[in-house]
Amino acid sequence: MKKFNKIMSVVMASAMTATLFAGCGNADAGTQAADSSSEANNAASESEASNDTASSSGVFKIGGIGPTTGSAAVYGTAVQNAAQLAVDEINAAGGINGVQIEFKFEDDECDAEKSVNAYNTLKDWGMQMLMGTVTSGCSVAVAEKTAEDNMFQLTPSGSSVDCVKYDNAFRVCFSDPNQGAASAQYIGENAIASKIAIIYDSSDIYSSGIYEKFVAEAANQSFEIVSAEAFTADNKTDFSVQLQKAKDAGAELVFLPIYYTEASLILSQASTMDYAPIFFGCDGLDGILNVENFDTALAEGVMLLTPFAADAEDELTQKFVSAYKEKFGDTPNQFAADAYDAIYAMKAAGEKAGITPDMDMSAMCEAMKGAMTGITLDGLTGVGMTWDASGEPNKEPKAVKITNGVYTAM
Amino acid sequence: MKKIKMTKTAKNNFITYLIVLVVYIAVQILLATGNISSLMKGLLVPLCIYVMLAVSLNLTVGILGELSLGHAGFMCVGAFASAFFSKCTDGAMPDGLRFFIALLIGAAVAGVFGILIGIPVLRLKGDYLAIVTLAFGEIIKNLVNVLYIGKDKNGFHFSMKDSISLHLGEEGQVIVNGAQGITGTPHDANFTIGIILIFISLIVILNLINSRDGRAIMSIRDNRIAAESIGINITKYKLMAFSISASIAGVAGVLYAHNLSTLTALPKNFGYNMSIMILVFVVLGGIGNIRGSIISAVILTLLPELLRGLSDYRMLIYAIVLIAMMLFNWSPKAIEWKERLREKYFSKHFSKKKEVK
Repeated sequence: MKKFNKIMSVVMASAMTATLFAGCGNADAGTQAADSSSEANNAASESEASNDTASSSGVFKIGGIGPTTGSAAVYGTAVQNAAQLAVDEINAAGGINGVQIEFKFEDDECDAEKSVNAYNTLKDWGMQMLMGTVTSGCSVAVAEKTAEDNMFQLTPSGSSVDCVKYDNAFRVCFSDPNQGAASAQYIGENAIASKIAIIYDSSDIYSSGIYEKFVAEAANQSFEIVSAEAFTADNKTDFSVQLQKAKDAGAELVFLPIYYTEASLILSQASTMDYAPIFFGCDGLDGILNVENFDTALAEGVMLLTPFAADAEDELTQKFVSAYKEKFGDTPNQFAADAYDAIYAMKAAGEKAGITPDMDMSAMCEAMKGAMTGITLDGLTGVGMTWDASGEPNKEPKAVKITNGVYTAM
Repeated sequence: MKKIKMTKTAKNNFITYLIVLVVYIAVQILLATGNISSLMKGLLVPLCIYVMLAVSLNLTVGILGELSLGHAGFMCVGAFASAFFSKCTDGAMPDGLRFFIALLIGAAVAGVFGILIGIPVLRLKGDYLAIVTLAFGEIIKNLVNVLYIGKDKNGFHFSMKDSISLHLGEEGQVIVNGAQGITGTPHDANFTIGIILIFISLIVILNLINSRDGRAIMSIRDNRIAAESIGINITKYKLMAFSISASIAGVAGVLYAHNLSTLTALPKNFGYNMSIMILVFVVLGGIGNIRGSIISAVILTLLPELLRGLSDYRMLIYAIVLIAMMLFNWSPKAIEWKERLREKYFSKHFSKKKEVK
C-alpha cells in the first residue's frame, strides 16, 4: 500500500509538472502547429491560386472571442459555429483575394478579464483581424486593447454603445438604443396600442439599454407607458407580480426587451391568468418557438423586431440554416446569423481593400477601416447593409408576427 | 535561543520579499528583450491583483483564524469607489496623482466597510461568520447593480431605479449605470505599480504578524478565552486584522478597475465565486503561509490560461489538477512522503558534505 502511495504521488507530481510545462510550452507548440498548418494551407492555396493571381502567400488569420462555457455559452457557441461555417464556405470558394482564411475561436466565459486574456492569446497565435467579442461588456474591454494595437475589430453581437467607440471597431447587430427607439417608433407609427407595459431585466445590459431608449423615444410617440417593471437574473422564474401590475394598469401591449427563455415563461404565466395583451419584443425573442416544453400556440400573435428569422423563405437563409443544421444539429439563432454576416463582411471589405496576408496588423486595419464604409452586403440579417465610419450598420429592422407557429413579415 | 528564532523569521520574510523581487526583475528583463508573449504580458497585472487578494485574505483566515467568504465584496467596494473617483476627475489632475488618490480612496473605503461589517460580524464565530460574510458580499454586488449615479452642472444625482429617473441636465453624464457598471475608467494600472503594491501589502502584513499586535491577534485565534483572560482586547484586534485585510483587498480592486475599461459587478468577478476562488488560493498555499498564498495565486491564475489549448475541457482539467495539487500538498500521506524524501535528500546532502570534508 505504501509503495502504491509512493508511486501514485510520483505519478501525480509528474503529471502536474507535465501539465504545467505543457501549458508553458503551449504557446510555442501552438504557433509551431499553426505555422506548419499554415504552411500546408499556404501550399494548398498557392496551388489553387496559381491559376489566378498567384502572388499571394500565407493565410489570413481571423480570431473570434466569445463565451463557450458558462451561462452565456449558447451565444458564444452559435457564433463560433456560424463563423466556422462561413470560413469553410469562403475557403472552399477560394478565400479572400485567393488567400485561405484560418479561424480560431477562444473562450472568454463572459468575463471582461478573461476576454482580454483570450485576445492576447489570439495575438500570440498571429491574429490579424478580430471577429468579436460576442457579449457587450467583454467587447468594450477588448475594444480598448484593439484600439491600442490598431487591430481591425468587427463584433457580431456586441450591442452596447461603447463597443464601437473607436474607429477600428464595427458591428453587425443593431445597437441597443437603436432597437429601443425603433421599437417605440414602430409601435407609435403603426398605432398598435395606446397603453403599454414593459417588463425588463434590470441586471442585463442588453435589456436595460433597450428599455431606457424605448422610454426616451416613447415621449415623442402617441402611446403612454402605464407600467415598467423590472426583474433580475436572480429571480427570473415568477413573473406574476409584473404581469398583474400590467393587467391592473390596463396595458394593451406588453413590451418585452428580454431574451426568449424568460419571455416563454411570461407568455405561459400570462395565459394562466387570462391576460392576453399583444406581446412585442426585440431580437432577443428570436428562438422562442424552439423552447422545449413550450406550447407554441401561446406565442401566437407575438410581434418581434428581428433582423433574422431561421424559417425565412429567401435562398441565403435557407442555405445557411440547412448547412448549419447538418453540421451542428441545431437551428441557428440570430447570434449565429450575425457571426455569419460578420465573416462575409470581412471578406467583402478585405476584397475591396485588397489586403494581403503579409501586411502587418495596423496597415491591414487602416485598409479595412476605409473599405468597410464602402461595401454593401446582402446578408442574413439584412439586405443592402452598409456601414458608416462610426461603426454602426445601416439596415432596416424587420418586424415579424408569429402566426400559425411561423414568423410572417408585417 | 531567542535571537536565533528572530533571525529565522526575518530570514523567512526576506526570502518572500526576494522571490517577489527576483520575479519582478526576471519579468522586466523578459519585457525588455521582448521574450514574453502578449498573453503573459496581459496577465501580469491580474496576477498582482490575485496575489494581493490571496495575501490579504490569508490575514483574516490564517492569522485571525476566521473564515471569510466575502472578500470579493471588499474588492468590489474598492473598485467601484476608485473608478467613480477616477471617472469624475479624469483630465482634472495629472494621471499619476489621480491614480495615487484613487488607490488611497479604494483602500480607505474598503477599510471603512471592513470596520462597519466587522463590528456586527466579528461577534460571530466560525461557520456563522463565514455565512454572514458570504451574505455581505452578495449584498454589495446586488447594491452596486441597482445603483445609478449621474453628474451634471447641478451636482450629483442618485437613483436606485434606472438612469432615466436621474433627471440629468443637458450636459449630464451617467457615471455608474446600474448593471452596466462604469465604463471608460482610465487605464492606469501597470506591472510595476502592481509589484510595488504587493511589496507594501507584504510589508504591512508580515510586520503585523511579527509585532506585538500580531501576536495578540494570533493568540485570539489559538485560544480566545486565554487571550481574553490576560487582558487582550478581542474586538479591537479582530477589527484591526479584518479591516487591514479589507483595505488591501480594496487596493486590489482599484488595480482591477484601472486595468480594464469596463467595470461591472457580475457573479463571476465580484460574487461569491470569486471569494471562494481567493479562499482556494489561501488553502492551497497553506493557511497562515503568506509565501504559499503568493505562489498558489500565481499558479492557479495562470493554469486556466495555459490550458487554453484544451479548449472547453480546460475547466475540467483545471478542477482535476486542483484536486491533485490539494492532495499532493495537504494529504497527510503526501506530507509524510515529502518529509521522508526531504530527509533522504538532506541526509545524502550531508553525507556528501562530510565526504568532501
